[in-house]
Amino acid sequence: MSTYKVPTMAEMAGKGETPEVLFWVGCAGSFDERYKAVTQAFVKILNKVGVSFAVLGPEEACTGDPARRAGNEFLFQMQAVANIQVMNGYEVKKVVTACPHCFNTIKNEYPALGGNYEVIHHSQFLQQLINEGKVALKGGGEFKGKKITFHDSCYLGRANDVYEAPRDVIKALDVELVEMKRCRTKGLCCGAGGAQMFKEPEPGKKDINVERTEEALATGAQAIAVGCPFCLTMITDGVKNKEKEAEIKVYDLAEMIAKDMGI
Amino acid sequence: MSFLPQLVFLIIFGAAGWFISKRVKFLRRNILLGKKTERNDQPEARWKTMLLVAFGQQKMFKRFIPAILHLFVYVGFIVINLEVLEFVLDGVLGTHRLFGPYLGSIYLAAMNFFEFLAVAVLLSCVVFLIRRNIIKVERFTKPEMKGWPAMDGNLILFIEIILMVAILTMNSTDQLLAERGVEHYLAIGTLAFSSMIQPIFEGMSDGALIFIERFAWWFHIIGILAFAIYVTYSKHLHIFLAFPNTWYSNLKPKGEMVNMPEVTNEVNIMLGIPTDAPADPPAEIARFGAKDINDLSWVNVLNAYSCTECGRCTSECPANLTGKKLSPRKIMMDVRDRAEEVGKSIDSGGKGLEDGKSLLGDYISKEEINACTSCNACVEACPVNIDPLSIILQMRRYVAMEESGTPAQWNAMFQNMETSFSPWKFSPSDRFNWAEKVKEEEMK
Repeated sequence: MSTYKVPTMAEMAGKGETPEVLFWVGCAGSFDERYKAVTQAFVKILNKVGVSFAVLGPEEACTGDPARRAGNEFLFQMQAVANIQVMNGYEVKKVVTACPHCFNTIKNEYPALGGNYEVIHHSQFLQQLINEGKVALKGGGEFKGKKITFHDSCYLGRANDVYEAPRDVIKALDVELVEMKRCRTKGLCCGAGGAQMFKEPEPGKKDINVERTEEALATGAQAIAVGCPFCLTMITDGVKNKEKEAEIKVYDLAEMIAKDMGI
Repeated sequence: MSFLPQLVFLIIFGAAGWFISKRVKFLRRNILLGKKTERNDQPEARWKTMLLVAFGQQKMFKRFIPAILHLFVYVGFIVINLEVLEFVLDGVLGTHRLFGPYLGSIYLAAMNFFEFLAVAVLLSCVVFLIRRNIIKVERFTKPEMKGWPAMDGNLILFIEIILMVAILTMNSTDQLLAERGVEHYLAIGTLAFSSMIQPIFEGMSDGALIFIERFAWWFHIIGILAFAIYVTYSKHLHIFLAFPNTWYSNLKPKGEMVNMPEVTNEVNIMLGIPTDAPADPPAEIARFGAKDINDLSWVNVLNAYSCTECGRCTSECPANLTGKKLSPRKIMMDVRDRAEEVGKSIDSGGKGLEDGKSLLGDYISKEEINACTSCNACVEACPVNIDPLSIILQMRRYVAMEESGTPAQWNAMFQNMETSFSPWKFSPSDRFNWAEKVKEEEMK
């Protein structure tokens, strides 16, 4: 019996090996009960396709994104510099991550601190695997013919101009992709960016995630696809708030692909 | 022939020029209250951005109806100013329709085109007034628009309408006088739009018509000069500043926050990493983050002076949409108003930046900056590439690093990150636990 493998950079280095790509798991991917399923799904895909990858495991630390956006530059740089030391120590060249916040920080902000890597988001990675025919989609899975809407996360979309990769991944599933009124460059935030994930919202008349969820529900989709751990939490909470858990599910792209692959 | 009108014209023109240059110096100094920053890289990309976004109005067209109306006013502004060139030369030389005899039918075609634009500008401004005052488009009725900003918007539209009426009146009476063969007036052919209002003037005497024609001429040229001065006090400055503002756009990915090298040095020292920082640090260490306009970069202040308060940013801000206090437009207006206040204080021998007030606290509250999700919707929405987010994040840095005044829940998040390298309170040794289950699963 062969099981899924999750090699760490330390283990591989011990064997004198270097993986092609480092999978940056992120804090939500490591600790969030719901979001761990996304990490597991992505790792299964990597195994199935035979991608040479490793994770940092216990050596990974928060990229520092929420600290930086909350104004604490010292803390951000402490985290960043420590992470860069670890990654440079393993001579990391390429990084893939499912979290747009980690993606943005490592790709755009680590170079100024000495961390230069090719960084891609898992939506782009999955798109490449699909285009190269490495992911064998069955197309007849539970999503076939269903209406799916995609929620653009700010740090993937506007922050880094990645709009089509996640949509191409969804379309590969033989589903009907329906767009919300505000999408792509005009996509509405889930409410969690800029460290809002870690505090209560300021006083207002409505929560942002509820506003966004209402828009998703208005499309009549049976599932909302996301590509960000914070968006997943916020939109899932929004669906609960509207008491629509029975009618509409919230998935990460990697989960949808893994489900279709039957893994 | 009396040289008096020419003399009067030259005096008015010179006075306006002198006054405008004084205003330009004032504005330039205010913008440069901001900190130095390098934004001269990639000149080709910068020219291209300016050409597309400012000259080509690219981002305006995300909303079609206001974009078309705005395009009429914009093209009208640029093209009708060609006619003003003739006005100025006529004024200086004491001539009338200087180019008329030389250009012939081209002149007639040009005048007809100018008249078409004048009518298009006039009608567009009427629609804009209706949108602001009767339909009350939501983004024009937000709290920060009360008082002067609303008045400013209406005044600009009103002045533009009056100026266009003056042009049409002038052309109408001018051609009536030419038809009557009055000396000095040149018949240039049928003018499609101004001829329609000729019936109003037909019954008048030559003397009355000459008076109206001259009045409209002087009104138009003095009006334009006065308007140019008014613009320097108004949100309407965007007609000039949109160009440099887009040239100095942020060309990096929107998600990237500017690094703080002064922090990097300290972090490297703390972690025992060799740094290439100078051995003797600068005598006066600047503030971390931004409390006042001089902590911001001059591009931030240029952004503020380029803002025409259209409110597209605020209408797409998730915080504002859900009733939070934050409005990105207000952030820009506050930066400008504070720069004006400091500039005026310096010029009147006052305390300037040391007046006991500051941008953060007296203009912008923590509640506003704490509501931002850094989603970049405001940055994306701005038709002239203004970046309110950059200002918000610099103020957050000041609050966190100089005041330790961040919300308690953020402080808890900071603590978690310091002690367990995650924003949540989990043991770092559990970070890899997610893999245990999947490692036991059989690969299908």
